[in-house]
Amino acid sequence: MVEDIPAFTRVTLLTGFLGSGKTTLLRRLLADPALKDTAVIINELGEVGIDHLLVERLDDQMVLLSSGCVCCTVRGELAATMRDLHSRRERGLVPPFRRLVIESTGLADPFPVLSTLKADPVLRHHFRAAGVVTTVDAVNGFGQLDRYIESVRQVAVADAIVLTKTDIAEEAVTARLAARLDAINPSASRLSAADAPLDADALLQAGGSGWFKAIAEPSMAMAAHAGVRAFSIIVDEPLDWTAFGVWLTMLLNRHGARILRVKGILALEGEQLPVAVHGVQHLVHAPTHLSRWPGEDHRSRLVFIVEGIEPDLIRRSFSIFNRLNMPVAA
Amino acid sequence: MCSLCGSLGGHEHWADAAAREGVYTRNADPIRRRRERADRVRLANRVLALYGMRLSDWQGTSFLLSTFTGKSEIVEDLGHLWPAAEKLSGRICDPLAPDFLEALDANHG
Repeated sequence: MVEDIPAFTRVTLLTGFLGSGKTTLLRRLLADPALKDTAVIINELGEVGIDHLLVERLDDQMVLLSSGCVCCTVRGELAATMRDLHSRRERGLVPPFRRLVIESTGLADPFPVLSTLKADPVLRHHFRAAGVVTTVDAVNGFGQLDRYIESVRQVAVADAIVLTKTDIAEEAVTARLAARLDAINPSASRLSAADAPLDADALLQAGGSGWFKAIAEPSMAMAAHAGVRAFSIIVDEPLDWTAFGVWLTMLLNRHGARILRVKGILALEGEQLPVAVHGVQHLVHAPTHLSRWPGEDHRSRLVFIVEGIEPDLIRRSFSIFNRLNMPVAA
Repeated sequence: MCSLCGSLGGHEHWADAAAREGVYTRNADPIRRRRERADRVRLANRVLALYGMRLSDWQGTSFLLSTFTGKSEIVEDLGHLWPAAEKLSGRICDPLAPDFLEALDANHG
C-alpha cells in the first residue's frame, strides 16, 4: 500500500466568503467519484450533510465516503490534523489518498494555510500546495467585494474562481461581476457551479493553465480595486536569474504581506526553455522548468497582484535590479 | 539548521531548490552551483554596500554577512539574508525606496 502513496500530496485550498456556496460545492465534490483518491479536511461534518454517502465512520472526526473520499474535520491545529491523516495513510488505516482539499473558513486569509505547508518540518516533506479555489457568489459577490477586503484577497490569491448562484442572478449582474473579478485577478481560471457536471479534476488541478492565458494576454490597464490591483511587467531581453532572485527576495522580505500574488514565466539568460515562478505573499514555490512556451511570445512576463503598492515603484525597482549584473559605472 | 526558527534540516528556499524533476535550479551541477553562489555574493554586495554591509561565501554551504564596522552573522540563503541585513544594520532594506533606487541606479545604470 505504501508504494501507492505519492512523494508529494498536492493540496488544494478551498476558500470563499461566508455564504458564497463553499459548502454546497463541497457537498457536490464529496459525492463525485472523481474524488476517490482525495482526502478532504472540512470545518464540520454536520455542515455538509454527508450521512447518505457514509460508508464507514473511522472515528468521531473522520469518515469514509462511498465516493472513496476520506473526509475529516479539523481538530485543533490544521498541521496536527494533516500529520494525523498522513500517519494513518502510512499505516494503511485510510485509503492511500493522492490529493488533499482543505476548506477554509469564510473570513480566513488563505496565506497561513499555505505557509503551514511550507514551514511545518513534517508536512513540507509530504505535501505541496497545488492551488487555491475561491467561490464567489454571483448574487452577493459584488457587494462583498465592495465591503470586505477579505473577499478581495480571497479572489486575488485564487488559481480558480467558481462562480456560484449564477442560476438565480441576473445575467447583467453576473457579467459585471465577471469583469470585476478579471480586474482583481486576471490570472485565475473561471468555472460556474451551475455547470453540470462540474469537472472536479480540472478544478482541483487549478493553477495549471489559467494563468498562462492571463500572462499571454496581459492587460496593461487592470483596474485598481479597493487598493488591490493587478499589473504586469514584460521584458524583451532575457533575465538574469541571480539578479532576479536578489530582487524578489528583498522585495518580499519588506513587502510580502502586500504582494498577494506574483506569477511569471521567465526567459532566462543561457536557458532555452521558460521557467515559471509562482508566489503568494512571502511564500514562493520552487520554480519550475516548462517544457515549452505557451505561445509565440517568448518574452518574460510577470503578473503581480498587490495591495496598496504603486505598480510603477515595483516596475522601476525591477528594471534597476535587472541591470544589477552589468558592469559597474566608473 | 534554520538560523531564524531553529528547526533542523530540510528547509528549502525557492532560489536554492533541490534538484528534482520539473524544478528549475542551478544546484544540480557542482560547478554551476559554485558559480551561482559566487554570482549571488557579487550581486548581493552591490546592494548591500549601500547599507554598509558585505556578503561572502562561507564554506560553500552558508554565507557570512558582515557590516563595515565588523558585526557579522551567518545566513543560510537569500530568504534569511534580508531580515538578517535589517537586523545587523538597524536599517530598513527597502527595494522600493526612491533614495535607495537612485543610489543603486547611479552605481549600475
